[in-house]
Amino acid sequence: MVTAEQVWDALAGIPDPEIPAVSLVDLGVIRDVRVEDGRVRVAFTPTFLGCPALELMRDEMAGAIAGLGAEPEIEVVRDDSWSTDRITPEGREKLRRAGFAPPAPRPEGELGLVQIRQAVFRCPYCGSTETTLENIFGPTPCRSIRYCTACRQPFEQFKTI
Amino acid sequence: MSAHADLLLEMADDELILGWRNSEWTGIAPFLEEDVAFSSIAQNEIGHARALYELVAEELGTDADALAFDRDDHEYRCAPLVQLRLVPDWARTIARHFLYETADSFRLMLLKEMDDEVVAGLAAKIDREEAYHRMHARMWADRLLGDPEGRERLKAALVELWPYALGLLDAECNPRYVEYVQGYVGFELPEVEPARREQHLDELPDLLREMTMVRRIAPAGQW
Repeated sequence: MVTAEQVWDALAGIPDPEIPAVSLVDLGVIRDVRVEDGRVRVAFTPTFLGCPALELMRDEMAGAIAGLGAEPEIEVVRDDSWSTDRITPEGREKLRRAGFAPPAPRPEGELGLVQIRQAVFRCPYCGSTETTLENIFGPTPCRSIRYCTACRQPFEQFKTI
Repeated sequence: MSAHADLLLEMADDELILGWRNSEWTGIAPFLEEDVAFSSIAQNEIGHARALYELVAEELGTDADALAFDRDDHEYRCAPLVQLRLVPDWARTIARHFLYETADSFRLMLLKEMDDEVVAGLAAKIDREEAYHRMHARMWADRLLGDPEGRERLKAALVELWPYALGLLDAECNPRYVEYVQGYVGFELPEVEPARREQHLDELPDLLREMTMVRRIAPAGQW
């Protein structure tokens, strides 16, 4: 009989398809795991709705659960319950090591450009806080581009959402 | 179809067609950052369209791809503002971007307050992503408004697109929208009749033809 703990462990072994340094559990996109009579229900919250990795994440979760000998059921929850605040402390550290500045905390009201420009983002390469926003948008929906004026290195920042 | 599904379908069509139009800047934007920005915005809009189509599809007993690609031309409800093909005119593109994203925020505000938790939840999620589009649109509006030539060109584009912009929201929402836009840009826009949503512009059929081409060639294709 599969336990919820085994499922969580299996899901923690699935890398994010676009940022393989972090797992789906690190990202905080698994909202709930329920085991009932050999069936495993996973409530999954997408990061960004336009993320092309969503189907892949869903299929990989289903595959990992099937690998434990259980029948998977992945429920995609498209509400506001996922935020970058749900990325775990370990996940933030792994992002940093992979060259991404982790996201700033989600503010109370609407996020504005001024907040992003004024927030302190440390360069993941040299640690300097002398970094500037180059582009709100980046190579995937979850990233912005910043530039470190100390080590003259561009780097990616995980968007706050 | 319920009034509710009707509204979601209008929104989904707006987001899909605008996503398509925004993606026309991919590779030819004035500079690399904007190439990336418009491509990323397009990707978000198409993601929103997909999530909205999925909700509508549940009610209609179909799927998101069928709604996005298999309808007849006259069944698309996208507003004329998003149908316009604006490449390679940057001022008109920024004008539409600003007008659309602003109107969209008013529409999302209403959806977020709906009793239907699924719709309200999805609207809240979409709105988090749209906050970045609004930031980008305002940044560009500010930049063009701060330069004499930019200001003239943006103003001309806003005046030209204004009847289309007024066709995005219903009559009840429009007064607040008009007040916000005029307050932001600092000048009055003409009092005109809105370009109605039912109106299809001459450039829409070409877009639909191109967008649905692969689906028509291989209807059962899996990607």
